[in-house]
Amino acid sequence: MTSTAFTPEAARALGGPAWLSDRRVAAAERLAALAWPTSSEEIWRYSRVDDFDLEKYRPSLLPIAAQRVREDQGQEPAQEVAFGGGPVAAEAGERAGLIVVRDGRVVHSDLDEALERKGVRVCGIATCEEAEVRQWLGVCSDASPDAFTVLHDAFLAGGAFVHVPAGVVVERPIVVLHWAEGDGLASFPHTLLVADENSEVTVVDRFSSTATSHLVDAVVELHVAQAARVRYLSIQDHGPSTWHVALQRAHVARDASLRSSAVALGGDYARLRSESLLSGVGAESDLLAVYYGDHGQMLDFRTLQDHAAPNTRSDLLFKGAVEDRARSVYSGLIHIREEAQKSVAFQTNRNLVLTEGAGAESIPNLVIEANDVKCSHASTVGPIDEDQLYYLESRGVSPEDAERLIVLGFFDDVFDRLPVPSLVRTLRHAVSEKLGRLHG
Amino acid sequence: MSTLKIEGLRATIASNGVEVLRGVDLEIESGEVHALMGPNGSGKSTLSHTLMGSREYEVQGGSVTLDGEELLGLPTYQRAARGLFVAMQYPVEIPGVRLADFLEAALAGSGRDAADLHQRLAAEATRLGVAERFLQRGVNVEFSGGEQKRLETLQLAVLAPKFAILDEIDSGLDVDALRDVSRRVEAMTQEKGLGVLAITHYARLLTELRPDRVHVLMGGRVVASGGPELAEQLERTGYEGLAAELGVEETVVAPAVSDDPFADPGF
Repeated sequence: MTSTAFTPEAARALGGPAWLSDRRVAAAERLAALAWPTSSEEIWRYSRVDDFDLEKYRPSLLPIAAQRVREDQGQEPAQEVAFGGGPVAAEAGERAGLIVVRDGRVVHSDLDEALERKGVRVCGIATCEEAEVRQWLGVCSDASPDAFTVLHDAFLAGGAFVHVPAGVVVERPIVVLHWAEGDGLASFPHTLLVADENSEVTVVDRFSSTATSHLVDAVVELHVAQAARVRYLSIQDHGPSTWHVALQRAHVARDASLRSSAVALGGDYARLRSESLLSGVGAESDLLAVYYGDHGQMLDFRTLQDHAAPNTRSDLLFKGAVEDRARSVYSGLIHIREEAQKSVAFQTNRNLVLTEGAGAESIPNLVIEANDVKCSHASTVGPIDEDQLYYLESRGVSPEDAERLIVLGFFDDVFDRLPVPSLVRTLRHAVSEKLGRLHG
Repeated sequence: MSTLKIEGLRATIASNGVEVLRGVDLEIESGEVHALMGPNGSGKSTLSHTLMGSREYEVQGGSVTLDGEELLGLPTYQRAARGLFVAMQYPVEIPGVRLADFLEAALAGSGRDAADLHQRLAAEATRLGVAERFLQRGVNVEFSGGEQKRLETLQLAVLAPKFAILDEIDSGLDVDALRDVSRRVEAMTQEKGLGVLAITHYARLLTELRPDRVHVLMGGRVVASGGPELAEQLERTGYEGLAAELGVEETVVAPAVSDDPFADPGF
């Protein structure tokens, strides 16, 4: 794809460490030679990729050297407001650390001092001098690239790096706020988590933006080393004119466990490709999502549960609702490789279509190359059950309240499993607010 | 003192147009217990859901008034707010919706105070032998038949309507549960003046919940009304015998949809 603004020269001009700059330029050169995907490709089927026009956006040309990372504990930029009106980091309860990324540039980071002494690192990808950043950046995403990850790599200028050394348990969540602000800007947020052997950590990524036009092209890489335990929650609450395209990929090693969850509420078109590679014996991952689309939104999910070792377990539960003219897509694959004997994998996608103009696609898939495994998939798309509505109405609940209760109840089994319980009330409220507008 | 008056009520199944209620007349006063008996397929469940305003049935004629106010035409939740309650034969599972959540919305919907709801729920749960954990789960989800009926009765007690239609509340109940449920309902009739229409096809319920009046529904009409002795007569003769005695030719208004004796007859 040729672009007037997203050129190798522009990628180089961002500066930063030489290895990162070289990596960007190489990606920008690949980008220039790349044929942009179309919806005729299976992985882009039902998506809005045909509507995508890179020329509508421009990259931030702010040099990496100009990133000023504040360490003023406790203060957050005023824009970083949660659904309830308060700062989202505050609603996550007591946190261990915070990184604020604005338009792809790290503007703030802090970490609990006791954890810092134990070797935990929370810093900017382009600005901190950790050798591990270079070692780990792109290991997950290079294993599953697409056109948007190439664009991402070409203009990656910052992002969050979180490293938890072997054996360290981080009890409180580490919160990363990715905020898009400049009208017409493309930003390339990145979260790189490295959880070493037998460590434990919870990371919350929140992606949000102003009401103006944005392209947010994000990559999240989760390295879960042997016997490590990672809980991850991404909250996507963009403004109504944002295009969000994200790859989130985890590599889960022997006996390690990942609980990865996503809550998707905002954006004009918001796509999340969520992949989990179970690479070591006994690895397990839970993949969860709640999504709610209204107006003309499209929420698009592609998932992969990739079992590449024996005795691995994965469980996916994605639940969504659409109303008005909104669309959702769920397309998921369980892949059990030949060497992944005795593996167990489940995949469930359930969708409520709340109004006639809305629609949901659900395409579950299995590829099983081993012969001694346990797998199941289930998928439903439909309106609210009439009998459930009637039951509640017969007790005196108004139709609007009955619908709200049933939809919130529908999401309950996912909400109950989200990793940061103190955020769940806020997220439930955000869904309830969207539902309220349905009848407003 | 309140009166629920059903006059000439006719209704069809919305999906196929079959007329199931063919002119039902009944009148119930506060504090009274009326039993409505009839064979499978006689229109008993259709009557309860037509009274409550289910969209599965279409009213073709007649009227249902509560203290003179017409209920037909009101949406279901407003009928509930006026004081009508149906204890369902097949309570619906609603995942993730706890009892307290929707009862709060129900009380608010009829402008009533929900401040002491949790205390009332706890007190009623103790009285009806409902374990606390059933209040914390999604309503009816994975409940046994007996648990469901206890929970229906618990909702009846907390919502305290003027009239309750108990749609085969005795089905799926063991002897102990039947006695607990019947005693709670009987206490409400005596203490709160609850009027009851108990729908059943077994006389068993009526030994626990002593009716003032007994009505027999056949072919979509009330074909006989009397005192408790009518139930005893039915025990001896069966519905066929009574039908023969009364000269009723059509006892059932729609064929059973399934050979499974435990299946929902659908109306």
